[in-house]
Amino acid sequence: MDEFSVLVGGRAGDGINEAGMIIARLFNQLGYCLYQYLDYPSLIRGGHNFTIVRASGEKIGAHRDEVDFLLALNQETIDRHEWRLKETSVVIYDSDEVKSPVAGGFGLPLKTMAKEAGAPAIARNTGLIGAFSGAAGIEWEVLEEVLRKEIPQSIDENLEVARRGHDGIEGGGREMLKVERRSYPCCPVITGNELIGLGLLRGGLDAYVAYPMTPSSGVLHFLAKAADEFSIKVVHPENEIAVILMAQGFAYAGKRTALGTSGGGFCLMTEGMSLAGMAEMPLVVVVSMRAGPSTGVPTYTAQSDLHFVMNAGQGEFTRLVIAPGDTEQAFYWSATSLSLAWKYQIPAILLSDKTLSESAYSFNLVEARDIPEIRPVLADGEDDYRRYLRTDDGISPLAFPPMPGAVVKANGYAHLESGITTEDAGEVKAVQDKSLLKEKSLKKELDGLPAVKTYGSKGSSTALLCWGSNKGVCAEVGEKFGLRVVQPVVLNPFPTTKFEEALRDVERTISVETNSTGQLARLIRCYGFEADDLILKYDSRPFSVDDLEKKIEEVTR
Amino acid sequence: MNPKDLGTTAPNTWCPGCGNFAILNAIKPVLADLDEEGLVPIEKVVLVSGIGCHAKIIDYVNANSFYTIHGRTIPVATGIKLANPDLTVICFAGDGDAYAEGLDHLIFAAKRNVDITAIIHDNRVYGLTTGQYTPTSPSGFVGRSTPEGLKVPPINPLEIVSASGGTFVARGYSHGIELLKEVFREAILHRGFSFVDVLQVCATFFNLYDYYNERVYTLEEHDPQDRARAEEKMKEWDYDSDGPVPLGIFYREEAPTFGDNFAKYNSKITDMDGRIRKTLESYI
Repeated sequence: MDEFSVLVGGRAGDGINEAGMIIARLFNQLGYCLYQYLDYPSLIRGGHNFTIVRASGEKIGAHRDEVDFLLALNQETIDRHEWRLKETSVVIYDSDEVKSPVAGGFGLPLKTMAKEAGAPAIARNTGLIGAFSGAAGIEWEVLEEVLRKEIPQSIDENLEVARRGHDGIEGGGREMLKVERRSYPCCPVITGNELIGLGLLRGGLDAYVAYPMTPSSGVLHFLAKAADEFSIKVVHPENEIAVILMAQGFAYAGKRTALGTSGGGFCLMTEGMSLAGMAEMPLVVVVSMRAGPSTGVPTYTAQSDLHFVMNAGQGEFTRLVIAPGDTEQAFYWSATSLSLAWKYQIPAILLSDKTLSESAYSFNLVEARDIPEIRPVLADGEDDYRRYLRTDDGISPLAFPPMPGAVVKANGYAHLESGITTEDAGEVKAVQDKSLLKEKSLKKELDGLPAVKTYGSKGSSTALLCWGSNKGVCAEVGEKFGLRVVQPVVLNPFPTTKFEEALRDVERTISVETNSTGQLARLIRCYGFEADDLILKYDSRPFSVDDLEKKIEEVTR
Repeated sequence: MNPKDLGTTAPNTWCPGCGNFAILNAIKPVLADLDEEGLVPIEKVVLVSGIGCHAKIIDYVNANSFYTIHGRTIPVATGIKLANPDLTVICFAGDGDAYAEGLDHLIFAAKRNVDITAIIHDNRVYGLTTGQYTPTSPSGFVGRSTPEGLKVPPINPLEIVSASGGTFVARGYSHGIELLKEVFREAILHRGFSFVDVLQVCATFFNLYDYYNERVYTLEEHDPQDRARAEEKMKEWDYDSDGPVPLGIFYREEAPTFGDNFAKYNSKITDMDGRIRKTLESYI
């Protein structure tokens, strides 16, 4: 087989995500590309958590509905996911918990095994992983190495449970699915949030400010942990309003700063966005979307905030909006957006969603190289400093206090070049013209960057249009169906010329989006492009490969 | 440095008799003196204002500044201070700014003891929006949004800051520039969160000069390190009743500041790519 999907399910608190991660690491050692989808409700203990680990010899970025291995820590996992089973699927479950298993499944008394080995109850999943490895023909040595690396406590006891699981299954005496070695390069398997954090660090981040909100908190947690190693300041203030204002204090003092939130938190940041626009404060705002409106579905996904982030904040000001579609793009654009924000002294929004933020992907650093060197324009210390000096490209040289002789006056009011408030009609217009000029310069700079990407069959006259995390599923399905796939990565300022080039000779476009109204379709209409069909999913779950295949067949029939 | 050197070309648009003049005329000589004495070089000073009549002070002082938005001086000032602990950051905020729109920030600044100074232009009325009540307006206040008279009592901001952990709590009055100068200087030099509520009279919408002149007195023989006594003095006037109105430094205490936690994070990483690769390796 070329690929495998493994589902692990149980209650919150059973270590489902960790179990999935270990299985992903196992496949990684065997030469597979990984994608791990995580599905969990908004609660701390109980409920139903599951993860699907998909491993393939080719690059992937989406999950499948059907699974080859169903690993169940409880009855609910079996009941909820039986529909995913194929004839060849292998089911392994904890027979201490599961009382009505599927026919042909393998039950192991995992609870008892953990107890007998003197391991904590959570080691049930180690037993399950051991049994999976046995069933998949993964050598004990590979498993032991991964477990030793991944399990921080009670490793001997855990190994004992894993060993019992491994041996227990091998004695099952049935022909199982064997996981053969492949040749995909061994890569870090890492979430989008972590790559956004690393990309920001690569872009020279000095400080990260955030108030926790799913699904953006992963960036905060990653950077808080990395603060020592990378010498950055990580602050968690009283609310999102404070977050975006505090970040502007950092920016004023010359520190490259990013902040993170989801839609609800971003609502509170809109006044700060507008201030950053007027005061010309460089910021990178990570907005990881989840299903709304309001509290919506906190731990599930959506792409419904595109027009919100495009328009948040009163007045008109230049902003950059970027929606990376995979971890390589997340890394590249997190670094680049920070540089662009600083060069053009604007707020930049890095738009992610639960799928990209919290799924784990095989990350290939080679594909994320060549991050451009874009430098801010700094004052040379000569002449009288004027914070808002009007120049040909709209960019005023930056200075940061303390700088003897330079008085740095930032202002959220309309202002003179000096930074002193004005209400004079001509001056007010000049402030706005400066913003427009910056947008023009920014557009020019974006012409040299990979603002639009294409995949699939590049000669096809039918194109799937996608943005953000749907890039993974669209690229795969587009390739399979011989369709062209076009992904605008930069959404504002819209890369019109590049988009037009990417769509040359296309007769039919289908926009694939995780929202109910077709927000990309609506956006491109502003620039004279039409989406002929919409494939929309708005049940707060991401497209599986199978979902999209079915929908495309329906639309193109 | 002469205080005159701190002037700008911006025309002053405050009303005649406005209490903001006293704050402006007190802060300029204080900053000039601190610069002259080498205690706080003027280029290390950053002024942060909110929105309202008070905020225009930023345009009238030739020093580094960030003219922010309503209620948000404190988070901006906190960011500046955390970014560069060498800077001396002073917020000018109105009572609407600090006690209504941005009360959460005030409480957190006190709780964190971040090393910034907050000077509140507390005129107890919204001036620039032409006369509505604020959190410190007395009950019965007749404003344009409460024509029948305000039905609820005011808050006492000194008690709020004190209860939140404030380490420097003071009150000034715009008719008494010498005391203002003394309090501002001490507030700026205090290491930690310094809070000064200035009874700043709005001559147009809520002229309280006569009221205050009859009631204010300066704290004397008061030990600002005596917390119990300080709290007693804060309660002496509740911004509503007609009790005597004490002025001066009520409380001060030395305590660790929020910025201390960050002192070690100021270096630039040289081997960025190496560290990124090392981090990535842990995900294999």
